[in-house]
Amino acid sequence: MLGEGILKGLAETAKNFAGSYVSKERLTTVQYPEERVAPIEATRNFPFLVYDGEDAFAGLRCVSCQICEKECPPKCIYIEKSKDKKPDYVGKPQNYPVRFDIDISVCMSCQICVEVCPFEAIKMDTVFELATDDRFGGLLLDREKLSKSNEYYHTIHPTEATEVDARLAEEKAKVEAKAKAAAEAAAAKAAAAPPAPPAAKPEAPKPTGGAE
Amino acid sequence: MIEKADQIFVLLLHWLVGFLPEAWQHVASVVVCVAVIVAVYPALFAVAVLMERKGLGRMQNRYGPNRVGPFGVLQPVADGIKSLTKEDIVPRNADAAVHFIAPLVLVVAVFMGLAVLPMGRNMVLVEMDASLLFFFAMGASTELSVFMAGWSSRNKYSLLGAMRAVAQMISYEVPLLLSTVGVVMITGSLSLVDIVDAQTRYSWGLAHWNVFKPWGLAGFVMFVIASMAETNRSPFDLPEGESEIIAGYFTEYSGFKFALFFLGEYVGMFSIAGLGTTLFLGGWSSPLAALSWIPSWIWFFAKVELWICFFIWVRGTLPRLRQDQLMNFAWKFLLPMTLVNLLVAAEWRFVEGVWLRWIVGMAIVAGAYVLMGRVGMRRERLGPRSYRYAE
Amino acid sequence: MSIAFVVLALLTLAGAMAAVTLRNLVHCALALAVAFAGLALLFLQLDAQFVGFTQILVYVGAVAILVVFAILLTRGADDGKAGTVFSRTWLAGLGIAAAVFALLGWAVLRSVRGLAQAAGTPAVTVENIGQALMSRYVLPLEIVALLLTAALVGAVIVAMYEKEGAR
Repeated sequence: MLGEGILKGLAETAKNFAGSYVSKERLTTVQYPEERVAPIEATRNFPFLVYDGEDAFAGLRCVSCQICEKECPPKCIYIEKSKDKKPDYVGKPQNYPVRFDIDISVCMSCQICVEVCPFEAIKMDTVFELATDDRFGGLLLDREKLSKSNEYYHTIHPTEATEVDARLAEEKAKVEAKAKAAAEAAAAKAAAAPPAPPAAKPEAPKPTGGAE
Repeated sequence: MIEKADQIFVLLLHWLVGFLPEAWQHVASVVVCVAVIVAVYPALFAVAVLMERKGLGRMQNRYGPNRVGPFGVLQPVADGIKSLTKEDIVPRNADAAVHFIAPLVLVVAVFMGLAVLPMGRNMVLVEMDASLLFFFAMGASTELSVFMAGWSSRNKYSLLGAMRAVAQMISYEVPLLLSTVGVVMITGSLSLVDIVDAQTRYSWGLAHWNVFKPWGLAGFVMFVIASMAETNRSPFDLPEGESEIIAGYFTEYSGFKFALFFLGEYVGMFSIAGLGTTLFLGGWSSPLAALSWIPSWIWFFAKVELWICFFIWVRGTLPRLRQDQLMNFAWKFLLPMTLVNLLVAAEWRFVEGVWLRWIVGMAIVAGAYVLMGRVGMRRERLGPRSYRYAE
Repeated sequence: MSIAFVVLALLTLAGAMAAVTLRNLVHCALALAVAFAGLALLFLQLDAQFVGFTQILVYVGAVAILVVFAILLTRGADDGKAGTVFSRTWLAGLGIAAAVFALLGWAVLRSVRGLAQAAGTPAVTVENIGQALMSRYVLPLEIVALLLTAALVGAVIVAMYEKEGAR
């Protein structure tokens, strides 16, 4: 009959209204600055750069390949490549970003930079208290602000970080094994033929994570 | 003692104007009454806004405002200070004069309507023969102010909102008026004081409110629906649909003028709730003869507040209608129902025999309701959605 | 002639004058609403509550809105670019207006002369009006009702025809 649904709806809201005074389920709001919800693992908002170890500069995984800069749909990433090189986690000399800026007022949290990164160097953060009274400078995060340790990554996304670590360790082991094999082969060759050719270069680690 | 409590405001007024010379007393009493009305209703407005925000919050599993003062009770004060100190922006292309006058016309017309409501025994500002007509005349002039606001802003959203508002108010004014005609037919008077007096009779301890009769109940339900549409309350808030046309006709208003619109809307709600209370819920009379010792003005304001609570409840429940649903409902359901209700009222007036008129009246109302609900509000068979260009 | 009458008459006249002289059509419509309201207040000043409130309800509430709607739906409100508000045939218009005024004045003066002046103002309540409408003037009332219904049906048919034709 006409009006039945309206009565049902009114009953439902009345239940919510009365229930909000007695039942916790009917009053799910959290009083934010004083209370907080427990961190949610799947949450994400803006990217940050991961570094291994203690030193934010030495352990930075980013090799300044600029793929994320090119892929970023709103073009909020700005990278300046270094002229010199520093060793990466396997010990191979790589470039590093002299400047790495992300304008979070432009970033749309799409996570594409994370998906394309071949070096597991950029990940999504969960910090949301980024309000500032400086509209331009305050929202432009530079390399120092973006760099966060792998331990921090473990605290915010434990499952994902463990997977990433396992993958990196595997790659590292592979590279080391290859280097070892190459070294052995070179040693064998050197033993066989005294005028030794230069040892074969260890191949660059193949990207495995994420990138198409 | 009970008599004194009931008439406390009347006695207070007499005592107050007694200090003045004879010639001035009449004018002074009018001025004092107007001042009291202009002070009391904005205060009620503040309370209603707080209630609305808290209540809606609770219905949506939130707390609502709870930061300003204990339990957020000072929120209306904060809102008031905010709107008073905000910059008053007039769009460059706006018609400045009309833009300025529109909120004033609205507030004046809305407050004028309060003049004829009997807010307690002997508590009516202007007692006139055709007070119901006066009320509706004032209600009709708010339409013009809405149009003025929307048109003068030179904003497409404002104009759309104004057109929607005017179309809606005109459409729903017809059932609103017709639903009250039954009361007038039975009471035989357009005076709101007489209408309340006719309802202040008791048999078996129960009041003779109009809502307790078949025509009164049907009229009451339709009056509530039409009054929601008249005051642009959800689910009839198309004219100010925030998600479609921002705020409709007061998109381009800020600061105090916006506050005036807000005030006008809420005072309009109070006045229409007061009118409905007067017409159907016995005005200031108590529902039970045993409760008559409670002062009459408490009854009136309690009923109005209850009415407002119901408005809030409905707002928290129903989604906004579509324009065609709105018009269909007004013209295909409400209008025929009010006309049928007139028939029931006439039947009530002329059929002899208490039981017979009850049965016949109930039968006509229920039958018409079911029939109209089935036929008039039949859901249109909408096929699967098709696209002209996509696919 | 009381002060209230003078003020109200001036208000009504000013509204009416503004309605025909202003450039902006919507302003004209609003001025017309002011004139209607002034007229209603004049009725109230004569103690004719029913007529006064009906004037506001119907003219300010409905007719003015209708005029405004018609303006907005048919043309832009800024059409008043033309140099003068006087049309070329203003002389003929003036003549017709004067003739109508003369006729009305003549009728009013005659009717006043015909009435007994000493009777004073009779207290006409809404109830009396209702009784008169339903007994003595029931035939004119029904004829007006029929006419309005016919007009309504005609309007609906006009609106419906266009929709079918478009299909």
